[in-house]
Amino acid sequence: MTEKYNMPDERGHFGAYGGIFVAETLMPAITELNTAYQHYMHDADFVAELDKDMQHYVGRPSPLYHAERWSKELGGAQIYLKREDLNHTGSHKINNTVGQALLAKRMGKTRIIAETGAGQHGVATATVAARLGLECVIYMGAVDVARQSLNVYRMKLLGATVVAVESGSKTLKDALNEALRDWVTNIDNTFYIIGTVAGPHPYPAMVRDFQAILGREAKQQCLAQAGKLPNALVACVGGGSNAMGLFYPFIDDADVKLIGVEAAGDGVETGRHSAPLCAGRPGVLHGNRTYLMSDDDGEIIETHSISAGLDYPGVGPEHAWLKDSGRAQYVNITDDEALGGFYALTRMEGIIPALESSHAMAYVMKLAPTMKSDDVLIVNLSGRGDKDMQTMARREGIEL
Amino acid sequence: MSRLAGLFAELAQKNRKALIPFVTAGDPNPDFTVPLMHAMVGAGADIIELGVPFSDPMADGPVIQRASERALAHHQSLRTTLAIATEFRKTNGHTPIVIMGYLNPVEIMGYEKFADAVQAAGVDGVLTVDLPPEEAVECTALLNARGVAPIFLLAPNSSAERVQKMDAIGSGYLYYVSLKGVTGAGHLDVADVEAKLAEIRANTKLPVAIGFGVKDAETAKTVANLGDGVVVGSALISQIEANLHSPAQAKQAIIELLTSMRQAMDN
Repeated sequence: MTEKYNMPDERGHFGAYGGIFVAETLMPAITELNTAYQHYMHDADFVAELDKDMQHYVGRPSPLYHAERWSKELGGAQIYLKREDLNHTGSHKINNTVGQALLAKRMGKTRIIAETGAGQHGVATATVAARLGLECVIYMGAVDVARQSLNVYRMKLLGATVVAVESGSKTLKDALNEALRDWVTNIDNTFYIIGTVAGPHPYPAMVRDFQAILGREAKQQCLAQAGKLPNALVACVGGGSNAMGLFYPFIDDADVKLIGVEAAGDGVETGRHSAPLCAGRPGVLHGNRTYLMSDDDGEIIETHSISAGLDYPGVGPEHAWLKDSGRAQYVNITDDEALGGFYALTRMEGIIPALESSHAMAYVMKLAPTMKSDDVLIVNLSGRGDKDMQTMARREGIEL
Repeated sequence: MSRLAGLFAELAQKNRKALIPFVTAGDPNPDFTVPLMHAMVGAGADIIELGVPFSDPMADGPVIQRASERALAHHQSLRTTLAIATEFRKTNGHTPIVIMGYLNPVEIMGYEKFADAVQAAGVDGVLTVDLPPEEAVECTALLNARGVAPIFLLAPNSSAERVQKMDAIGSGYLYYVSLKGVTGAGHLDVADVEAKLAEIRANTKLPVAIGFGVKDAETAKTVANLGDGVVVGSALISQIEANLHSPAQAKQAIIELLTSMRQAMDN
């Protein structure tokens, strides 16, 4: 890669991926959003307001923490955790919702909708809607409503209406379908805050741009603390927003390895997984061309993961491009391996990671020992595990 | 002249409007669809829109979503939907068939193979809900080369520039969705549609069919006066859903509804 990275093109293409694949009824809304986004991303007042909120409301910058004990235990690279778990609401999701909600306000929209899987994006959306006094409706698959009841309660507490989606597989993809249907019906007053780097252009680029603050911070912090750029970055990938936020500022640094970790569920070979980059194929869903889990007839396959936030059959189109171009590498971690990562970080560093982030931790446990002790590895601790206490306790046979 | 162009020319000459029923292929079971298509032609249908079931029908309301789920339970797919068209063509050589669905099954089949397959099945038009004109250039060229019409959706908020784009690469007809939102939603605002239709016609010579919101003979007649064709979908599929215990009864109810629409439109 000799030229500076400048994806996507003006119609949202990352090579063959991305684009705008939506019903005609949505096109004017997409165009309106894109115009506003292109304008405000370069508007000094908007950027200043966003910076201020990131600092004082979200609590940025988040620390880059050298996990010395865990690094020593694993006996290889020096492991640094990007502590997105310490953000307000407990994950990286707030970086994007603060940005999109400010955009919604500038566009004069009075109603916010969002889809959510684990509930982290739903909570982050309900939070900013409460703060700005906007009506908020969150779509969540009925299966996820059951397994993430704590986050459902948090969203309701924040004043959001939570709609349990009963169609299809009743998980994240169906919540996204339902949110798109809401948007198309209420286009005049409604802003749809997509939580990941997927969907029609400009969402993949816009969400990446709002999340890239975490990667820019990590780069500066790493230079200051370790005195050099990292050798590798590791992040979990569902839709891929935390990974894209971390990777993006490093794409032109060719010596920094970018590694995305998908959810292998019961194992990629069983077919019961959520790993489209590792075991899927290109197709079109939810407004963009990307790697998908679909069968030979083009129907979308139901996904499986212990982590609701990774339980999605698609992935952001920029990841599809990074995979095909060879710039990033994508691996996968099973439910059982992720649990290993969950317990390891909890016991070694006193930090309880979200089950999503635990996939990245589990891969670090494989990767770090293969690296030298003066190598630096940054892993995105994208969220905290509080929301997963019920799931974990239940696995251990404990009812809370 | 293609079947679609021939049909609209003939209707214009007779000062009649096209009645275009939409049903999901394989709903409520795969054996139901071909006999239903023939019966609908008997009841006055001019074109048949055949929905290809998809696991994630993002632009459809609950009625068509459930139709998709019932069909998918029988593993109805793009391939088997084309098989239904082939079967229908064995005994009907004149009624145009338009298949309507989402892009992913087409992407997985491959554009060229898809274009060959629809042509071989005797399909006259293809409407791909999530394929707007900007992304459709490659696929529409393959379809047009085979005499299969790429048909586009138009929305109340589509700009003149977008209508021109669809006019340039589309053929057959344009499908104006008369209400914002998903299929099967809301009510019909006649003055709105009338005003919009005038704008659309200023930018295209293609016939304009109007859908979304046509429920009964009365709304069919109203809509027929505004455009060149009337699409009725959710109202028919509701009859299937109301008679799941008896597909024969469902078919009867659909035929009665279409017959009443035909009569109202022609009087």
